[in-house]
Amino acid sequence: MKRRNFMAAAGLSVMSLTAFAVQSARAEDTVAIPCVCELSGAGAVSGTNLRDGAHLAADEINAAGGILGKKIVMTDYDTQTDPQTSRALVQKAIDAGAYAIVGTVYSGSTIVNMLVAKQAGVPQFTGAEAPNVTQQGNPYIFRTSSSAAKGVPALTAYFRDTVKAKKIAVAWVNNEFGKGGHDVFIKEMKAAGIEVVADVPSEQGQADFASDVSKIKESGAEAVFVYLNEEESARFLKEAKKQDVKVPLVGEVTLTGQKVIDLAGDAAEGAYAHVGLTTGADVASIRDFATKFKAKYNRDTDHNGIKGYIAVYAIKYVTELVGSFDQEAFVKKIHGLTLDVAKYPGMLLTTSWDDTGEMSRESFMTQVVAGKQKVVGTVPAN
Amino acid sequence: MEQFLQVFLSGLATGSIYALAAIGFTLVWQAAQTVNFAQGEFVMLPAFFVLIASNFGLPLPLAILAGLAASVLVLGYLFKRLIVEPMIRGKNRGGLSLIIATMALAIFLKESVKEFYGAEAQPYPELVSGGTLSLGGAVISVTDIFHLLLSLGVVVGLTLFLNRTRTGRAMQATAQNPDVAEILGVDTKRMILYAFLINAALAALASFLITPFYLAKFSNGEYLGMIAFIAAIVGGFNQIRGALAGGLLIGVLDNMTATYVTAEYRAALPLVLLIVIILFRPQGLLGTSEGRTV
Repeated sequence: MKRRNFMAAAGLSVMSLTAFAVQSARAEDTVAIPCVCELSGAGAVSGTNLRDGAHLAADEINAAGGILGKKIVMTDYDTQTDPQTSRALVQKAIDAGAYAIVGTVYSGSTIVNMLVAKQAGVPQFTGAEAPNVTQQGNPYIFRTSSSAAKGVPALTAYFRDTVKAKKIAVAWVNNEFGKGGHDVFIKEMKAAGIEVVADVPSEQGQADFASDVSKIKESGAEAVFVYLNEEESARFLKEAKKQDVKVPLVGEVTLTGQKVIDLAGDAAEGAYAHVGLTTGADVASIRDFATKFKAKYNRDTDHNGIKGYIAVYAIKYVTELVGSFDQEAFVKKIHGLTLDVAKYPGMLLTTSWDDTGEMSRESFMTQVVAGKQKVVGTVPAN
Repeated sequence: MEQFLQVFLSGLATGSIYALAAIGFTLVWQAAQTVNFAQGEFVMLPAFFVLIASNFGLPLPLAILAGLAASVLVLGYLFKRLIVEPMIRGKNRGGLSLIIATMALAIFLKESVKEFYGAEAQPYPELVSGGTLSLGGAVISVTDIFHLLLSLGVVVGLTLFLNRTRTGRAMQATAQNPDVAEILGVDTKRMILYAFLINAALAALASFLITPFYLAKFSNGEYLGMIAFIAAIVGGFNQIRGALAGGLLIGVLDNMTATYVTAEYRAALPLVLLIVIILFRPQGLLGTSEGRTV
């Protein structure tokens, strides 16, 4: 009896040791880069594209041998577009051994969860565009597209010189993303001598835009700056069409995104937007990315897919420049770094980060023509 | 003045859609003496039935008919047979158990749509698209006018059906006193079933009208359900005309508040209205007091 117990205990020990050894070997062969993103809730469109772009890059990198020989393991964490949930999930991802984090897209979530990554010393690549994300002195946060502080000023020349507007209205979403863009826009219009005759905030997830559009129509504005998230942008465009709004509708980033076009249908026709990234850009690397994305997921992506893609490639390139998985060295290396697309093709466009994590690269003016986003101009990196 | 007229009519159009959902609350209340807290999801789901039918290649009119038929079957017949009847017959019959069951159903429907159709909003076609009319200097959307006329037409038709037809009067008799109605030869089970089928059809119509602008999304029922519930209470829970008045009132007040007072607190307005009504006229604006023995 005793001998049987001894044999059973020995067998269990051997099995446990073997399992531990296999697990350790697996951990040594892989690097965890989780995607903490908005897979449900108001930000589901953005978060899903970010995640899919990131997975596309991870699959390509793994097929080519990984990062410094380690395969990327990308686990998805759904924040439900809730800042507090996102904070808890960033902690969960870090506890699970995250080397770097991709996400979140929504500024309201990023501003909350980036403090957790900062405390743990984990680099984080966000799709957020509110200016204050990189104004907090957090050395671990890096953008994958320029903030509103860089994007919105690109529109000033358009309103002043192309539209020649003297009176303008602004419809904006009352969250971190919207507030950031709204504040920069008001400042820019004041400096350009354009009067803001209607300043209309709306709530995230708002369904009915009848009164918002009515106020804008009544204001006598000669153009409207629409700074809303994807679904709200589509609802706004539909209501603007319903109320027969004739003045140009101009946005930053979201308004001419493919998802907005799909949702708004012909109501999106003619809308303008400045975008930092677009799959419609006449750039070979971006066209290739769009083709690969469509082949893998059987649908088109908006700019968030590109953000996810370049985030993972940026992690790969910077880690390889450092030569090890050293998060402190990673952070030091990327501040002030420029990744030239000729040498680092996964970046799709030559990209630079300053010492706050803000980024800069070429951007585009777009218009919705025949149900597609069409690039109508290029804005140099600022 | 032009803006006022425009905002007023737009509010009426939206409010008439709320009224359709609110009337459903009153019908179910009268038929089963319960509050259907899945009513918002009943408005959310038919739009997805139409999208599924469209994905099978049906043209929009046929897809809408298929959506309507599926709604009447699932949200009317099956809802009554699988949830309401067992709860009414069970040990803890009706009342609180049934209310909790409808809450669970709301969660089930919402999460099912999220699981099978995704969390992202989906585009949804308009029944009537584009065009405006000038009325007293105000630019009025043809879509709004269509929504208003169709919704009001359906409510008037329903009222005539209930008041002027034998079946309608039998339904009212069943709602007022099912035991006496049965003694008088009314097939009360069938009348109750009719109430559930009509509720499903009204919810489907509300869904077809509002989803083009709200977009088809699993979470649409949260807001619509709350608004319809408040509209029914504000107007009077036991009166169809009350639910209609409540829906129109909330639609107009919401638009007026957002345009002339504050856009930030517009979501609070229906709740404030609800509190005021409960404090000063608990039977609702057009409702009648009901005495109940416990």
